[in-house]
Amino acid sequence: MLIVDHLTHIYEKNTAMAQTAIHDINLVIPEGQFIGLIGHTGSGKSTLIQHLNGLLKPTSGSVFFHGADIHDDDFDRKQLRSKVGLVFQYPEHQLFEVDVWSDVCFGPRNLGLDKLNVELRAYHALKQVGISDEHFYQSPFDLSGGEKRRVAIAGVLAMAPEVLILDEPTAGLDPGGRDEILGQIAALQAETGITVVLVSHSMDDIAKHVERIIVMRGGKIADDDVPTAIFMKFAELEEMGLGAPQMTYIMDALRLRGLAVDPAALTVTAAYNSIMKALGMENHHA
Amino acid sequence: MLRNITLGQYYPVDSIIHRLDPRVKLVATLLFIISLFVGRYTGYIVATLFLLTVIKLSKVPLRFIVRGMKAIVFIMLFAVVFNLFLTPGEVAVSFWVLSITWEGIRLAAMLAIRLILLLMGSSVMTLTTTPGNLTDGLEKLMRPLRVIRIPVHEVAMMMSIALRFIPILMEETDKIMKAQIARGADFESGNLIKKAKSLVPLLVPLFISAFRRANDLAMAMEARCYQGGEHRTKMKPLIYRWQDGVAYLLVLAYFAACIVAGRLLF
Repeated sequence: MLIVDHLTHIYEKNTAMAQTAIHDINLVIPEGQFIGLIGHTGSGKSTLIQHLNGLLKPTSGSVFFHGADIHDDDFDRKQLRSKVGLVFQYPEHQLFEVDVWSDVCFGPRNLGLDKLNVELRAYHALKQVGISDEHFYQSPFDLSGGEKRRVAIAGVLAMAPEVLILDEPTAGLDPGGRDEILGQIAALQAETGITVVLVSHSMDDIAKHVERIIVMRGGKIADDDVPTAIFMKFAELEEMGLGAPQMTYIMDALRLRGLAVDPAALTVTAAYNSIMKALGMENHHA
Repeated sequence: MLRNITLGQYYPVDSIIHRLDPRVKLVATLLFIISLFVGRYTGYIVATLFLLTVIKLSKVPLRFIVRGMKAIVFIMLFAVVFNLFLTPGEVAVSFWVLSITWEGIRLAAMLAIRLILLLMGSSVMTLTTTPGNLTDGLEKLMRPLRVIRIPVHEVAMMMSIALRFIPILMEETDKIMKAQIARGADFESGNLIKKAKSLVPLLVPLFISAFRRANDLAMAMEARCYQGGEHRTKMKPLIYRWQDGVAYLLVLAYFAACIVAGRLLF
């Protein structure tokens, strides 16, 4: 459980370059939730997630992990970083080892585990992201873009985090690679029940997986609700330079033309059922 | 993390000094540096006063400039200590095998003052001039060198690219460092060997990214048919205004004053 309490962060405070990235944020992230974090570029998403595992020090306010202030002097931040795993944007840029295997071992080895546990975790993490054994001793730089990304994510998963935060894990990938990574993350979440915070610009990706959406705007939380409620306000989202899933637009257009469909339907199945119901053909199945 | 390196960084405020032509600032810095070596003692008082006035006019907080001095503390200590102990002359204090001479004290003090003023003076220039303007100014000033076949434009271009890459690579370093810290890397504790080893996860990705960026830039320049040298026009050509003339006069006046002051006493 993570609690963010009146968190404010100002970069380069007291200079001409001072910039308030986030202002007075309050947030509770309970265990096991799959959360989507959306917002325009510069809305403070990246700053916020870096606070969640103590990489930045707040200008004011605090972050609590399991009830302990993470900036207390006696708080073990190294331990925190293994519990709250953060996958940065373009995580493949952090790869450095001679082969995939050693790179994924880097994280757990830093935790001071013995060799057996390090390797167990690395193997498990690589399997979770679907990297097959034949790639284990290849140089990470010889892999394809999508594979590199998955190896890098495995590098964080190998730390066995309780909370996994991913900053745009699908940026720059083709649709196939995107679905693969998101599918694996969703499966992992369903399987292990870890908390996932997914930062994304793709509303369709968000709509498909998350159960709660936090909307950020100008360093503040503009909205925090279930996806259907958030996307109902798609006009507001558009004004922020965001948008809604394609299905929301289709349902809205149908509704304007007089078909009594449920505008909250986000997935193809839900939309199909809603349209069929509106047409009075409930018993037909796709 | 790396944000407290202020040396060579631009400080974005609007001031008389910021608005001066970069050529004026380059020449002024050069004259200032020469004046530090020519004028002595009382000359330093004039130099300090001049520098403080310029800093005041530039609206850059003095604190900010002083913070940049941290980078040379070690070099300075080194130079001062060596001068203190190794200058032959009349002994002032002596203990064990070491002795401090009056000449040593004099030399060390001069060196420290010179170094501080030198660095502060040149950081005022970089703090008040954008890297682009700086290289433009340098290119214009070195123009006559083309006569002896020095590729002035190309050199200036390389310089501006190098300068442009400093903040990018710094940001990149910061990002990679954070990513590795998130994976439990420790850059701070341990002995020297351990510390050096801990840099591998930082340096390998950094080099790869530097090469990638250089490659991308070269490709982008070629795609735009970049060609240096003759007949290129500038989007913002450098044109002197009357303020620049006044600044030149003031700098020359300072230079003269500094030399005269240095000769007055002693």
